[in-house]
Amino acid sequence: MTLSLVQRSNPVLALYVALAIGAAGGLPFLRVAPNRLLSGEPVYLWDVLQQLGNQQINALMLALVVLLCIAVWQPVQRITQALLILAMAASLAGVWLLASDFARTAIQAENPFRRTTLGAGFWTLAALAWLIALDAIARVQLPTLPRLFLQIAFFLPLLLSLNEGQHLSIAQEYANQSDVFGPAILRHLQIVFLAVVPALVIGLLLAWRMTRTRNLRQALFPILNVIQTIPSIALFGLLMAPLAWLAIQLPVLGRAGISGVGIAPAVIALFMYALLPIVRSALAGLEQVPTEAVNAARAMGMTARQLLWQVELPLALPVLLIGLRAAVVQTTGLAAVSALVGAGGLGQIMFDGLFSAANELVILGVIPIVLLAMLADTFFKVLSSLIKTRP
Amino acid sequence: MTIKFQNICKFYDGAAAITDLNLDVQQGELVVLLGPSGSGKSTVLKMVNRMVSHDGGHIFFNGKDINSFNVQDLRRRMGYAMQSVGLFPHRTVGHNIATVPKLLGWDAQRVQSRVNELLYLLAMDPKQYANRYPHQLSGGQQQRVGVARALAADPDVLLMDEPFGALDPVTRAALQLSLKKIHRATGKTILFVTHDIDEALLLATRIVLLNHGRIVQMGRPLELLQQPTNDFVADFLGRADLGLKLLSLRPIAPHIKAMDGAEPIHTISHTATFKEAISHMATLHVSSLCVVSADGTVLGQVHATDLLETSYV
Repeated sequence: MTLSLVQRSNPVLALYVALAIGAAGGLPFLRVAPNRLLSGEPVYLWDVLQQLGNQQINALMLALVVLLCIAVWQPVQRITQALLILAMAASLAGVWLLASDFARTAIQAENPFRRTTLGAGFWTLAALAWLIALDAIARVQLPTLPRLFLQIAFFLPLLLSLNEGQHLSIAQEYANQSDVFGPAILRHLQIVFLAVVPALVIGLLLAWRMTRTRNLRQALFPILNVIQTIPSIALFGLLMAPLAWLAIQLPVLGRAGISGVGIAPAVIALFMYALLPIVRSALAGLEQVPTEAVNAARAMGMTARQLLWQVELPLALPVLLIGLRAAVVQTTGLAAVSALVGAGGLGQIMFDGLFSAANELVILGVIPIVLLAMLADTFFKVLSSLIKTRP
Repeated sequence: MTIKFQNICKFYDGAAAITDLNLDVQQGELVVLLGPSGSGKSTVLKMVNRMVSHDGGHIFFNGKDINSFNVQDLRRRMGYAMQSVGLFPHRTVGHNIATVPKLLGWDAQRVQSRVNELLYLLAMDPKQYANRYPHQLSGGQQQRVGVARALAADPDVLLMDEPFGALDPVTRAALQLSLKKIHRATGKTILFVTHDIDEALLLATRIVLLNHGRIVQMGRPLELLQQPTNDFVADFLGRADLGLKLLSLRPIAPHIKAMDGAEPIHTISHTATFKEAISHMATLHVSSLCVVSADGTVLGQVHATDLLETSYV
């Protein structure tokens, strides 16, 4: 077995390291402004390190560079990758702590209205630390469950040091708005749940009918495909007029909270988007159920319902879960846009930030959405791997 | 537990697949539906549990028209095994076998003991196999589980659609013997479809030979071999090696003679057929064999001349 130098080295990591060096040197790590409204002066990582003047941090940075060099040239060593994952988790928490420390000293030194904003350099370095860790986790080649656990555990050091950043502007924004986050997350989950659960039930029924009647498939898939191509904002808008009209015609609906704006158009539109991945995967899942098993089940006297619950659905489940995962992740993301028709949720925070030019508020709205989507993704991956171990 | 076909017809796209079929299956019979592919033998079998509907005539199950049953109830009273087995890949062997008993609402303990009983019957240790998944079994083991599943709820009738067709000769022979034993032990009425003449001769108490959706001849295996009604029957049963087939139907047991003079060196089991004995003699270049029982006791001897000169009537 001969491995060339190219195969032995890790060009992906080399690229990440190059980008990290570029970001550390060329992008402002932080911005410091006298108050919330001004955009502020750039502060580079080098300035931060110099100002803090901590020899231990400098030594740690040097150790990190050495480790990265080893990892670029010796990616096959599992111990190297393990160290790399640890180092990246520490680095992610590290850039946060560096920014926090700088903000604290800056506040103490000067006026209390001074804002220390996280800059492009910080975000790039944080993102690169995450990407390097993901690459390293993939290279360790663990079974699914430990791998997913590691991907979540990676954020642990950052989460533990989150409180340190209270002098950063992003934490101050959070403190100002902290009471809206809890309800916003709940509302977001509510929208996703109300859209995906009916989509799952109806999607399954449709797919099941499609395995029996070919015409339904020919009629339905073009419609679902067209819905998928309508931009989400347009679909929300298109639903507003008919819903408002319905609410006027049927006051019962209005009293139940259904109207042209709010959660109703959002849930209906997201339901329609979620239908395609669910129907498609459910159909693919049902179609790969072995014909012999279905025939045997019928010949043994199973009713259509018993056949579905005892044979078809369990055998279709692994494929169905792939589509359901896609639907949940997609709906979590799209639900952000539904804030535009007054549905609320985390998108509301995001748009508030956007319209008041408060970038950090935008980020505070986006991060929970990304985390929710990631958690949903991980949840379904765990579920899939649990099902696969039980063939 | 009888099945009666009365003037059965079946059409596919206007073309007749089964024409005016009449057949009485009595309690305890093992009727083999034999015929070339396309002869309609499988269709006839599937009509019994209404997996295929018949277009004309009546099928009676214990004297009652099968269309008067609830279709699920009817199927649960008939065990069904087929060539592709169709085990449920997501269920263990034990769970697969338990399918119909569970549909019938048996309590867990009764199901459990029935599963164990059947696994023993088909020579599979429950401790070793009950919790395995189908993909962890060989083809022969899968078919054993398929047969066990068909027998699970102690059905009145067993319908078997070329169940051993996809197995290697050794495994097939073993399963054929298992089935024969089960039939003898339980006295179940069995309807068995095959295109394998030797299988039919070995298993059947009665053979129904079909061609183009009609019964060409039916009767005991020996009758078909000795009195074929037409050329098709003679050709299908193998005109050239008819003699060998006849030999395969006769056990040597009644023709064992006492030892006289030198004892033959080579031995044969007392359960062997004429065909096995003659084949043995041909390969060993001898004209007599020493017959022994399962525990090795010498019972006597058989001579080639005796075997070949026996009349078959």
